[in-house]
Amino acid sequence: MKVLVPVKRVVDYNVKVRVKSDQSGVDIANVKMSMNPFDEIAVEEAVRLKESGVATEIIAISCGVTQCTETLRTALAIGADRAILVETNEELQPLAVAKLLKAVMAKESPDLVILGKQAIDDDCNQTGQMLAALTGLGQATFASKLELVEQRAQVTREVDGGLEVLSVALPAIVTTDLRLNEPRFITLPNIVKAKKKPLEVIKPEDLGVDVSPRLKTLKVSEPSQRGAGIKVADVDALVHQLKDVAKVI
Amino acid sequence: MSALVVAEHDGVSIKSGTLNAIAAAAKCSSEVHVLVAGMNCQEAANAASNLTGVSKVLVAQSAALEHGLAENLALQVLELAASYTHVIFAATAQGKNVAPRVAALLDVAQFSDVTHVVDASTFERPIYAGNAIATVTSEDATKVLTIRTSSFEALTGTTTTAPIEEVAGVSDAGLVRFMGQEIAKSERPELAGAKIIVSGGRALSSKEQFMETMTPLADKLGAALGASRAAVDAGYAPNDWQVGQTGKIVAPDLYVACGISGAIQHLAGMKDSKVIVAINKDPEAPIFSVADFGLEADLFAAVPELVSKL
Repeated sequence: MKVLVPVKRVVDYNVKVRVKSDQSGVDIANVKMSMNPFDEIAVEEAVRLKESGVATEIIAISCGVTQCTETLRTALAIGADRAILVETNEELQPLAVAKLLKAVMAKESPDLVILGKQAIDDDCNQTGQMLAALTGLGQATFASKLELVEQRAQVTREVDGGLEVLSVALPAIVTTDLRLNEPRFITLPNIVKAKKKPLEVIKPEDLGVDVSPRLKTLKVSEPSQRGAGIKVADVDALVHQLKDVAKVI
Repeated sequence: MSALVVAEHDGVSIKSGTLNAIAAAAKCSSEVHVLVAGMNCQEAANAASNLTGVSKVLVAQSAALEHGLAENLALQVLELAASYTHVIFAATAQGKNVAPRVAALLDVAQFSDVTHVVDASTFERPIYAGNAIATVTSEDATKVLTIRTSSFEALTGTTTTAPIEEVAGVSDAGLVRFMGQEIAKSERPELAGAKIIVSGGRALSSKEQFMETMTPLADKLGAALGASRAAVDAGYAPNDWQVGQTGKIVAPDLYVACGISGAIQHLAGMKDSKVIVAINKDPEAPIFSVADFGLEADLFAAVPELVSKL
């Protein structure tokens, strides 16, 4: 069984980004970039499927600038077998990425695609669902458990108020939530091995996909800042503040 | 042209997030229609017809729509979408699951987690865990949006009962089987719409201590319970209690953070609360930088004392 895992290069989750003074975007020059944490969970899940003998091949794919190669090497070091970079300098939005992935799926025919539920830069939470729609496949988003039984993916999903279990016909699109697994640490020997694994570079034009952005960003501004309040000495002072000053209880 | 809000319901009543979505829709269009799709959901449709701001209710019923599966619900919305300028969902687990599917089928971009409607085609939405606000627009014919519920206050005021129109329910796309669900039954208010939330972090140190310490405070305040990612990852609290960038985004009147250090991802989920209280023994905890009232104390002493003095 072939598993495709799309990964995105994003600003590291520990970095607090700054808005540019001309409001054209956020300043990401010289900040640390990493694999989107939800995508790391996706790669880990695919590798576990391979280790348990269910998956036979894992293909990591990333869409974006040349430096996404680093993100793909990370996926290869976790355990993906080979990688594809769809290289472009264009600003890629979820619909465009979903179209690129659809085109790659047509060539690779994976049985399962595992994506992160959301990228921590644009916080869109769209690509997996859009890919499922465009390919006419079933989707199981926000997965906290994934099992493959008789040509179907049985997925436990995190929903409001609890959990839901769906059985999706393969090929299927699954997006990961935080509790699906805990990604392993990458070891040095695996980083070395990853450098030798195949990495193919293609262009959106090769796939015949128009990736021009649909959303136009007019400006990016600072959120309204919340000032620190006061420290209270003890519980009595806190109760007084809540009851008599803020009057919230 | 009008805006279509895709309602969330339990067959009988309409979920609170839909009321926020109606409020957002009213800022996009003068006419707001609500789609109630499901099985045996006439009562929910009746409830929707009495909501402020709604000019028409569409009710679609079929077995395929019973569990709100994204594949079927998206097809239902797609059948109606051509008559609307906007298709709007609350940014709940269900809205986030279905909206992108609709957008892709319409070949339009989607605006996620909209916090402000500038005009009918321009919206503000937070990016980078709320550390920046993007103002975005598109020329797509249909605008598909999910809206952040805490950013749009439900409309109030007198209303006349809106007409209810039946539309044919779609048949099953045949891709997904619903196997079951485990929804926690709770007397407490829903986290997303609660007026008061008490939330616990890793400092609670075990599931037992989390429940023993936080539950009395929640009971006393009539509050919903929340948790930081660290507490959820450690198994002290259920997954759906997680407040933060990728969990629930909340903005209650009062948010009490106990033993939560305040990572940016957590702050992204609660910093729009009206009043924030932080109880933490670490004076350097970042949570104090957003708290209106900070109490530097051991929560295992302070929380029970607070319960006794409220």
